[in-house]
Amino acid sequence: MIIRGDEPEQIELLRKLYKPGNYFMMGDEAVAYGAIFAGCRFYAGYPITPSSEIAETMARELPKVGGYYLQMEDEIASIAAMIGASWTGLKAMTATSGPGFSLMQENIGYAVMTETPIVIVDVQRSGPSTGQATKGAQGDFFQARWGTHGDHPIVAVSPVSVEDAFWETIRAFNIAERLRTPVVVLFDGILAHTREQIRIPDPEEVEIVYRKLPQNEEEAKLPFGDPHGDGVPPMPLFGHGYFTHVTGSTHKENGLRDVYTQEVHDRLVRRIHRKIEKNKHVYEKYEEYYTDDAEILVVSWGVSARPSLGAVLRARKEGIKVGLFVPKTVHPFPGDRIRELGRNVRAILVPEMNLGQMILEVQRFVNDDVLLKGINKIGGIPLTVEEILKEIRGVV
Amino acid sequence: MPEIYSKYPMVKYLRKEALPTALCPGCGGGTVLNAFANAIDQLKIDPRDIVVVSGIGCSAWIASPYFLADTLHTTHGRAIAFATGVKVGLPNKYVVVISGDGDLASIGGNHLLHAARRNVDITVILVNNFIYGMTGGQVAPTTPFGAITTTTPYRNIEHPLKIAETVAAAGASYVARWTTAHVYQLIESIKKALTTKGFSLVEVISQCPVQFGRRNKMKEPAEMLRWFLKNSIPINKAKNMSEEELEGKFVIGEFVNRRRPEFVEELNKLIRDVQSSLVR
Ligand SMILES: Cc1ncc(C[n+]2csc(CCOP(=O)(O)OP(=O)(O)O)c2C)c(N)n1
Ligand code: SF4
Repeated sequence: MIIRGDEPEQIELLRKLYKPGNYFMMGDEAVAYGAIFAGCRFYAGYPITPSSEIAETMARELPKVGGYYLQMEDEIASIAAMIGASWTGLKAMTATSGPGFSLMQENIGYAVMTETPIVIVDVQRSGPSTGQATKGAQGDFFQARWGTHGDHPIVAVSPVSVEDAFWETIRAFNIAERLRTPVVVLFDGILAHTREQIRIPDPEEVEIVYRKLPQNEEEAKLPFGDPHGDGVPPMPLFGHGYFTHVTGSTHKENGLRDVYTQEVHDRLVRRIHRKIEKNKHVYEKYEEYYTDDAEILVVSWGVSARPSLGAVLRARKEGIKVGLFVPKTVHPFPGDRIRELGRNVRAILVPEMNLGQMILEVQRFVNDDVLLKGINKIGGIPLTVEEILKEIRGVV
Repeated sequence: MPEIYSKYPMVKYLRKEALPTALCPGCGGGTVLNAFANAIDQLKIDPRDIVVVSGIGCSAWIASPYFLADTLHTTHGRAIAFATGVKVGLPNKYVVVISGDGDLASIGGNHLLHAARRNVDITVILVNNFIYGMTGGQVAPTTPFGAITTTTPYRNIEHPLKIAETVAAAGASYVARWTTAHVYQLIESIKKALTTKGFSLVEVISQCPVQFGRRNKMKEPAEMLRWFLKNSIPINKAKNMSEEELEGKFVIGEFVNRRRPEFVEELNKLIRDVQSSLVR
């Protein structure tokens, strides 16, 4: 059995098509190339600004590597087709922005419940509703976390630069495959359209993960069991004679629905949660700058982490003891580390392009005696170094 | 229980641990499952070569979970979109969608039209019982004009959608309509649909005595079957009849049977073309 994109000749093909070296490209293109290097061979989507260049790049590049590009009739169909494709062993991705991400929510829940690995890129744009359609924002932090109904865990990663978008997309695929779960890439309209230099690596430099497949008939008969104790069931792919039944309704380990027994629901949903909680090492990632001796901490994510770093560097030159914490996986939130850092600082600033979303996560992990302040800007213009620096000086 | 199904030759196609079925006694869903199993049997298709996809509703349960194949029971209305992804990944398998009229033609109407337009090689068996059975008998886009439902307690003032005609116009390769009173024709059409390269739809007018019949003076399943037989008009005859004469009638037969380039084949051809142009 093979997960498509796994074939040995793919390495040679990638090397030939995308010669290792430096390229100048926009964030959306970097996401697309990252997906191709990660083994993505199925893309289904519906155009929406500012994510469309991901679709355009995939439509052009996927056939070259034997992959499928489908432009579906809407976002609901796109994520549905991806889930269908994933059950046949294709690594699948879609990209969208605000309104499209909202339409996908029901099937994100379906992917969580059926433990289907897929990657959903949300290029955040200004909202609510059609808002400023072409402008970037960071307003979907909680839509990624709580957009679909029910108790469910979610993993979301968030790149901070064009080059980072390439690598974080690969990481999103690896997390999805390792944990058999949907993974969201919370990108944004500003980085999506920013052009920067990025280095395309040799394909051998890229670590690629493939989902666990059943080792025997026994394992294949329990597509939602936990034979290895890590909460991650091996995935019996369609078309191999296993007679697998997959449903978004509450199901037993063998896949058959049982929506009446409290214990069956409890066991299933708690395992899906445990699978994420217990496998922190698979997805947890953050960056720290000058946090050792920091008295003031800046916590920032995605596009806002860039000017935040600029402000911290400038403040350090002025002798201000300020550090920076950047979660690269934003869900589940790295609360333990925030709690540790929070003990040693007297103020925490949270710059983000919304009216205060991630700051609520930070708040959950710090004591009341720490001054907590958001630096918030909306309207499609990113925060500047000066704006953040001013606030840092303000709390000194 | 075992003695009931052990005499039934098609039982080998059923997922025994899921039986007995949750369908009401007298529901047309049983006839559809029977016809589907017989079509598979007559064509000698190995169920390991079938993936069945369904949405949400009573009719969605007909094959998922009961039919013993890979089965994907999806979100309401989206079965065809899921099936499109499955077909791309498994172009050599039979990908079949079995679901209700509410599921496929109301919430899922957009996917139905676009899959027909693309001509994706999937077989859709659409069970049209004129009603939302599972949610308690609310009006559907197929409910006859004037009929009583739980949400049209006075009468239905909307016009029903002609599903087979619409899907034929959208570009499907094969479209037929039968009722559960035309079992042998139904089996033949399912066989043709399965062997047609391209999008095929078999619409089955089916009885829901519990949610539709009961409220419309047809409490017994047999009364509904008699209603189907009495009002069915073969398509050739219908061609010479006026709109008014056809009001409230069920046009049955084959609507289209044609060859058009199929989506997944074209997709793979395109990939081969792009890849070979790169080698040069
Ligand atoms: C998004 C969404 N909306 C509504 C429902 C509720 N619902 C479940 S089944 C159903 C209707 C099924 O009708 P149909 O497809 O005609 O099947 P039947 O039960 O009549 O066979 C509805 C509306 C749902 N599950 N999901
Ligand atoms: S409610 Fe109607 S459609 Fe549903 S199982 Fe009963 S008879 Fe069949």
